[in-house]
Amino acid sequence: MIRAFALAVAVCSAAPLWAEQEQREEVTTFTLDNGMDVVVIEDHRAPVVQHMVWYRAGSADEPVGVSGVAHFLEHLLFKATDTLESGEFSATVAANGGRDNAFTSYDYTAYFQRVAADRLELMMQMESDRMRNIRLTERDIATERDVILEERNQRTDSNPRSLFGEQLNASQYLNHRYGVPIIGWRHEMEELDMEDALSFYQTYYSPNNAILIVSGDVEPDEVKQLADKYYGVIPANPDLPERTRSQEPPQTAARRIVYEDARVAQPYVHRSYLAPERDPGEQEDAAALFMLAQLLGGGTTSYLNEKLQFDTQTVVYVGAFYNGTSLDDTTFDLIVVPSEGVTLQEAEDAMDATIAEFIAEGVDAGDLDRIKMQLRASQIYARDNVDGIANRYGQALTSGLTVEDVQAWPEILQAVTDEQIIAAAKSVIQPETSVTGWLMREQEVTQ
Amino acid sequence: MKLFLSTLAAVFLALPVWAEVKIQEVTSPGGIDAWLVEEHSIPFTALEIRFRGGTSLDAPGKRGVTNLMMGLIEEGAGDLDARAYARKLESLAASFSYNADDDSVSISARFLTENRDEVIDLLRTTLHQPRFDQDAIDRVRAQVVSGLKSDAEDPNTIAGEAFSTMAFGDHPYATDGKGTVDSVSALTRDDIVAAHKNILALDRIYVGAVGDITAEELGALLDELLADLPAAGAPIPGKADVTIDGGVTVVDFNTPQSVALFGHSGIDRDDEDFFAAYILNHILGAGSFESRLMSEVREKRGLTYGVYSYLVPKDLASIYLGSVASGNARIAEAIDVIRAEWTRMAKEGVTEKELQDAKTYLTGAYPLRFDGNGQIAGIMVGMQMQDLPIDYIATRNDKVNAVTIEDIKRVAGELLKPDELHFVVVGKPEGLETTN
Repeated sequence: MIRAFALAVAVCSAAPLWAEQEQREEVTTFTLDNGMDVVVIEDHRAPVVQHMVWYRAGSADEPVGVSGVAHFLEHLLFKATDTLESGEFSATVAANGGRDNAFTSYDYTAYFQRVAADRLELMMQMESDRMRNIRLTERDIATERDVILEERNQRTDSNPRSLFGEQLNASQYLNHRYGVPIIGWRHEMEELDMEDALSFYQTYYSPNNAILIVSGDVEPDEVKQLADKYYGVIPANPDLPERTRSQEPPQTAARRIVYEDARVAQPYVHRSYLAPERDPGEQEDAAALFMLAQLLGGGTTSYLNEKLQFDTQTVVYVGAFYNGTSLDDTTFDLIVVPSEGVTLQEAEDAMDATIAEFIAEGVDAGDLDRIKMQLRASQIYARDNVDGIANRYGQALTSGLTVEDVQAWPEILQAVTDEQIIAAAKSVIQPETSVTGWLMREQEVTQ
Repeated sequence: MKLFLSTLAAVFLALPVWAEVKIQEVTSPGGIDAWLVEEHSIPFTALEIRFRGGTSLDAPGKRGVTNLMMGLIEEGAGDLDARAYARKLESLAASFSYNADDDSVSISARFLTENRDEVIDLLRTTLHQPRFDQDAIDRVRAQVVSGLKSDAEDPNTIAGEAFSTMAFGDHPYATDGKGTVDSVSALTRDDIVAAHKNILALDRIYVGAVGDITAEELGALLDELLADLPAAGAPIPGKADVTIDGGVTVVDFNTPQSVALFGHSGIDRDDEDFFAAYILNHILGAGSFESRLMSEVREKRGLTYGVYSYLVPKDLASIYLGSVASGNARIAEAIDVIRAEWTRMAKEGVTEKELQDAKTYLTGAYPLRFDGNGQIAGIMVGMQMQDLPIDYIATRNDKVNAVTIEDIKRVAGELLKPDELHFVVVGKPEGLETTN
């Protein structure tokens, strides 16, 4: 009796949600009995699906000393399992006319395939297989470690802007793992071994730490049935650790860094401030920061751009950035690229003076209305790209947010007031929590 | 089991999945042709407009002018200066983006149904009456110059420019369409006005539209938007000879990882062997993790994060390119493996299994491209520029499936020329020197 009741709840808990989802994005969510969350986003215009599994495990969840292991493991998941040979996963996706890949960030690791809609079951069969059953050889470890080192060469070491960003980030976070690069520090990557990879795998890869997101030409009932068959049978990991990471202490000293590199052609200033992230049920501050970034440096008509590029020709580029979808404290960032003949100090000073003016003047109502109007329109355009909606859910749900938070976000943005934006600006623009970085061309030594 | 699934996929996916989506050929009352897919489920339209010619139309000594002109077209029009223009566009929640490449310039617009007329009115003013104010010219020129300076320190760009210089002699393809710091710095407003007249003309226009709009509405829109453009633009340059010889060119650059760009002459898009070459290239270096190059260089030896080959059929020349990046100590080995694979493919062609897998992938993946209104509008314009028939989408997979293993072997022998393969290597490669 009790068992039957529980089953009924499981089925019903999905149904009323669907009925509620009369909003324009056709999103359905439910949870399997083993704790795996499922999100279905329908778009029946083309017979295509994207199948994704997101793990609530990223580089910021790594143990100390093995930076890069989350990303290394992501690569290793394309090797053998009990039933698939090394490389057979991607080969099978390709042989079915599909594309697959994966990506790793601070708070998540995600795997995806885009295929014809009738291949969904095969994707689920293979993806659920590698959730528990990878089989690695020492040769896999050695070869793939070389590949990730070349990836680091390509993405980071060949690019002074990336190296600069890495140093800036490391200076921003005094105690949190967000200060360690996702790809890892080279000296630790070189030492990654089988045990490091398998330990991370066994700790974090389980259905109760995963989110299945299927977008495209599918019916929620079909996804539910297949998900129960392939993912639902995998037992939850009772030892899944809570995601507690070492947090930032009070930051009390403004930091400055100068990174010099002979390959720098265009010097610039990058300022970052520690900033709060979107929290479940409390997204208002983050919404105000999002609007602040738009108003200050979001485009041609932004305040900094008008003052520094139109009124004066101080910069060739200025931008403000805030990504609030993060499990722990994030950053609010500003970049100014000085015009020819303008020094980094002058550009930085002009940026600071202009931000102070913005705060003193307050928000222009017309500017705020225009941004809100564009955000409303972006909800219409977003329906043309359901895979983009899938990514939005994946990032949010692996960053501590709920489906309700994701769905409330557009309205919270629309409700942001000018007072909230100025308050957010005053709160986040604190020198003590900031890092100011100068990227410069290395001065050549004269003979 | 796997074989069964693959076979099933081949049978199922070879069907023209998009047969139900009809491309209509629309001719406006004023005589402008366009391809249209009506898609009324979301209240917006994506409109793609391209003009053939691109940066190859730059007048002698004016390198970079087409690119700069396209960067300036959104910097004020009619009685709106750059700032007022940007505010107006934002308030309409539409987006216009502009691009210039070697063979065409494009305008990609996206707009809501609810204010379509206002948006088209603004776009009409943009195309017909760009202001090209001097302060905007100076501002955008500074952005372009800043980008060019960064390009000069970017290993991939350095490799690309070195390769183009060797491959294309004195043809416009030999140099970067963005120009040089010197050439861009010397451009005047008159040069920019001339470039605008040279390329935005009706004798070279191609249009695709997808979304919440009917054929009749589109016809009226096209006349309003485009009919008053000049009838003819500047003549398009002649074909380029691909002149590169086999060998290695090392460009010294202080970086831990060398970048190599390699290639030789290619095959035209309208060549009857194009599909055989396309499948061949997929197997050699375009098929992601499954390609021979990826398997040999990355999966087996860990020499790189990525290695790829590309057919590059441009309007005025065709080349066959590839790229790889490896640590300075290992790039020579990567190049040896690539040469060996190029040679093996030229001699032996592909196996029956490789051919079947490639066909299954290519025919199955084809419908996956048509995802999103803007994407489909772009594909339709590309098809028109390549002079493909309007029913091409339904027949394309048949052309892939018709290629035989003998076709591939013959085309491999003709297309792949290991002796003519030239590697441009930017970095501090160990054990590699420039050959003569």
